[in-house]
Amino acid sequence: MTSLLLHPGLLLVAGGLLVAVLRGRTRAAVILLLPLLALWLVWQALDPAAAVTVQFLEHTLRPLAPESLSRLFATIFAIMAFGGGLYALNQASRLEVPAAFVYAGSAIGAAMAGDLITLFVFWELMAIGSTLVLWSSGASRASFRYLMVHLFGGVLLMAGIAGHVAATGSVEFARMALDTPWHWLMLAGFLVNAGAPPLSAWLPDAYPEASWSGMVFLSAFTTKTAVYVLLRGFPGNEILIWIGVFMIFYGIIYALLENDMRRILAYSIVNQVGFMVTGAGIGTEMAVSGAAAHAFTHIIYKALLLMSAGSVLYMTGKRKCTDLGGLFQSMPVTCICGIIGALAISAFPLTSGFVSKSMVAQAAADQHLLWIWLALAAASAGVFLHAGIKFPWFVFFQKDSGLRPPDPPANMRAAMILFAVLCIVIGVWPEPLYRLLPHATGYEPYTAAHVLNQLQLLLFSGLAFFVMLDYLKRTLTITLDTDWFYRVLAPALWRALCAACSVLRRSLTAASVGGAGVAERLQRCFGPAGLLGRTWSTGATALWMMVLLLAYLVTYLS
Amino acid sequence: MISAQLPILQVVLPLLAAPLIVLFRHPGLAWLVAAAVSWCSFAIAVALFFAVPAGGAFDYALGSWAAPWGIAYRIDSASAYVLVLVSLIASVVVTYARSSIAAEVDRDSHYLFYAMFVLCLGGLLGIAATNDAFNLFVFLEISSLSSYVLIAIGRRRRALHAAFQYLIMGTMGATFYVIGVGLLYLMTGTLNMADMAERLAGVSETRPVLSALAFITVGLSLKIALFPLHFWLPNAYAAAPSVVSAFLAGTATKVSVYVLMRFLFSVFGVRLSLDALHLFDLLVGLSIAATVAASLIALFQDDLKRMLAYSSVAQVGYITLGIALNNADGLTAAVIHLFNHGITKVALFMLVGGIVLRMGTTRFSDMAGLARRMPFTAFGFVVAGLSLIGVPASAGFVTKWYLVMAALERAHWWLAALVVATSLISALYVWRFVEMAYLREPAGDARRAEAPLALLVPAWIMVLACTYFGLETSYSLTGAQEAAAALARGFR
Repeated sequence: MTSLLLHPGLLLVAGGLLVAVLRGRTRAAVILLLPLLALWLVWQALDPAAAVTVQFLEHTLRPLAPESLSRLFATIFAIMAFGGGLYALNQASRLEVPAAFVYAGSAIGAAMAGDLITLFVFWELMAIGSTLVLWSSGASRASFRYLMVHLFGGVLLMAGIAGHVAATGSVEFARMALDTPWHWLMLAGFLVNAGAPPLSAWLPDAYPEASWSGMVFLSAFTTKTAVYVLLRGFPGNEILIWIGVFMIFYGIIYALLENDMRRILAYSIVNQVGFMVTGAGIGTEMAVSGAAAHAFTHIIYKALLLMSAGSVLYMTGKRKCTDLGGLFQSMPVTCICGIIGALAISAFPLTSGFVSKSMVAQAAADQHLLWIWLALAAASAGVFLHAGIKFPWFVFFQKDSGLRPPDPPANMRAAMILFAVLCIVIGVWPEPLYRLLPHATGYEPYTAAHVLNQLQLLLFSGLAFFVMLDYLKRTLTITLDTDWFYRVLAPALWRALCAACSVLRRSLTAASVGGAGVAERLQRCFGPAGLLGRTWSTGATALWMMVLLLAYLVTYLS
Repeated sequence: MISAQLPILQVVLPLLAAPLIVLFRHPGLAWLVAAAVSWCSFAIAVALFFAVPAGGAFDYALGSWAAPWGIAYRIDSASAYVLVLVSLIASVVVTYARSSIAAEVDRDSHYLFYAMFVLCLGGLLGIAATNDAFNLFVFLEISSLSSYVLIAIGRRRRALHAAFQYLIMGTMGATFYVIGVGLLYLMTGTLNMADMAERLAGVSETRPVLSALAFITVGLSLKIALFPLHFWLPNAYAAAPSVVSAFLAGTATKVSVYVLMRFLFSVFGVRLSLDALHLFDLLVGLSIAATVAASLIALFQDDLKRMLAYSSVAQVGYITLGIALNNADGLTAAVIHLFNHGITKVALFMLVGGIVLRMGTTRFSDMAGLARRMPFTAFGFVVAGLSLIGVPASAGFVTKWYLVMAALERAHWWLAALVVATSLISALYVWRFVEMAYLREPAGDARRAEAPLALLVPAWIMVLACTYFGLETSYSLTGAQEAAAALARGFR
């Protein structure tokens, strides 16, 4: 039990509760020290002698049984908690950072769990922590929808785990085949958190409602924990390839349509997680390592992009691309860090995205999955368009919006610079990251072919963007969603896609609208004045007793 | 040896305290006696719980009359488990009662409240301790009659009507029970339950015995408020003083569930194949109706106490579902949910007592901004609410897990799905509170007015217990497993 106190996840959860009651400098110091301590503990936990077992409900749980994947994910989660904590030091809401630490701690706990019950406990705690992060910004309806989706995912997962345990008697979290309904249920529970269809809409629905710093936290943990469990539990299932490819294109199309800078980045999360899910679906050593590496780098550059967007929101209070522009003059640090993040997400050589993303494509090529490889290549160009150019261009350059906000406070700048440096360092010097990977792949990113291929892709899509720029400027002023891009593509194809996707996107709203009708009907039946809800007379109870007695007698005596 | 007298002391102590309290009349003194007796009962129950040998039982012959002739008390793992639960809740509630009834009950009636409280406690403990079917009826009536008074003792006029309604319905339930016992006596010539189980051997398929089973099942179904015989419960819980709601929610229905299990498994189940009678099929249907319908009704309530009351009806459905699944895990789930739901509901009702004290209302719409006015109360409500939902690392999760396991063992995967799905409905009604308390602006006075520590501390002990027994299950779970085994084994 004492060694359970050294559990990095629990430490962070408990520390989060501590942060909630602290004030001033002590609070800041604790916020910065806790994730570093957790990081140190993650690395201590790799020693097999540190393994802890706990008895719970007739099962032996192994809450601290990391394997090679766990180390990578727990490490980046701890780094992320540090960077996010630093960035959010001046967050006015006193609930957000404690909630985020509970959230990060439970994500680390899930990554370190050796058994399914511990995983489930942390999984649910993660849902609660992330809901609180969202909630602290005052978005109550969004956080309710978010919580309900995740509780639903939790229900699927619990049903799956319970069935698996009942069938096999083992709680160990090992690789599973999709041979029983329980495993399907678990997969479905995992995929809900990954933002996979048909419930992808929860992610762009909820995340942009978080505060300027809240979304930085939210972007990192939930989807990436889902990627981790998919890589560990279900690698090599072909269905994941198709789900992943769908997510990639769903994310790109919606990000291109979007006008809100943080919704662009939210759709881009779905898109990037799609790459990782595809990697899990391919399932070879190269693919699993590639997906894991991509999760690692993605957390850093997506956090960097969101920090940059969050700084703009924090300083200007505006989030629509059409309201922004020309900010590079007064916010140079934010602008440069945003550009570095954008280059990294576009997998520009010498940035972190380059050394990880191409591994998944390489895995597809190794397996001779031509269509998948082509789709991934096309998607890389799409990523460059929506996140690599669109975000920095419209926020920092484009027209002059007349806004002249200064750069954000020092702690926010420091967090951005830290993550920007990480993006570059990993890009230039990828060896330490590769050593963290579960398999030694011997992948060499900086070959002439790779670099040339990627540069061509980026240059041509960049060219496409700037060729159409004049065209953009004229139509951009009113709506971005429906206008410019579908003039390039075949309109019919575009509308069909758009319709299909908007059905998905509206599934949540539609459910709540349809739910209103159902709720009314339910109210009529179960409400205080309804048939079942109102108080019945004593006589009615007597009647029911006779009915039940008769029912029992008839069944017994027949 | 005093320890050999523990089974009778357990019951007699509270029964004797009741007239003593009436003689004292002084409210402070009355509270002192009631508290002392409750805590003594708890100590005795804990001593019995640990002293009961696994697979064995304590027998106590009243007045040294040997078992089939005299009244016998018998404490096995199952009765000890219920004794601990009831006396624990009584002890915590009585500690809490002093400040709470000061606000909700006229000072002149305080001594009567405490007298009825210990009487009710004595009755409930007696039900669990006795091994005599008619003696059990007597204790059932003692506890019921005193609980009618407890419900009516508050200042609300509605309480009188609710108590009267409960009186009529409760009496019908008790009558059904005693008719069943009469039929059994007719056929077996004994009232001792162990003896009865033996003597059913030759007559188990006869009509009077089967009718007795039906009467007892229906009578007890009313006592445990199994849907659709639950109508007395929401009114009674909502109208009663908060401390009475807390006490009854945690104990009265739970003890009746114990009686139902005792009769089904230890008396009838020994010689009768209950599966062949389709009893459990009926019970599964009623349990599902209870969880689904009552959860939905709870969702639409506009009164906090009524919402909790309907949620109790829904939770009773989980317990009877565990019984109806009729396997080791199901029975374990039923027994452990007596405990887990008991402490959860007591915690919630005690917190509501604080709200009543400070806000003077339990209407949902008046809870707006509660978290700002009563932060500890609101937060405690959320934590206990998580246990009501069955979130992992809370007591409610343990039950849910065993219930799902039991359903899967029977290959009823749809039942397992239903169990986890209905917990989503409870998430919805807990969220309603969260939204009101945390997200709405308080109307009017928003100054901080937290409940006094005398209310907050006992309530928070129960709130923490909800979390503690979700993590550390060695006592609650092994106790429940042994209790389930004892019930299934019967008196052999």
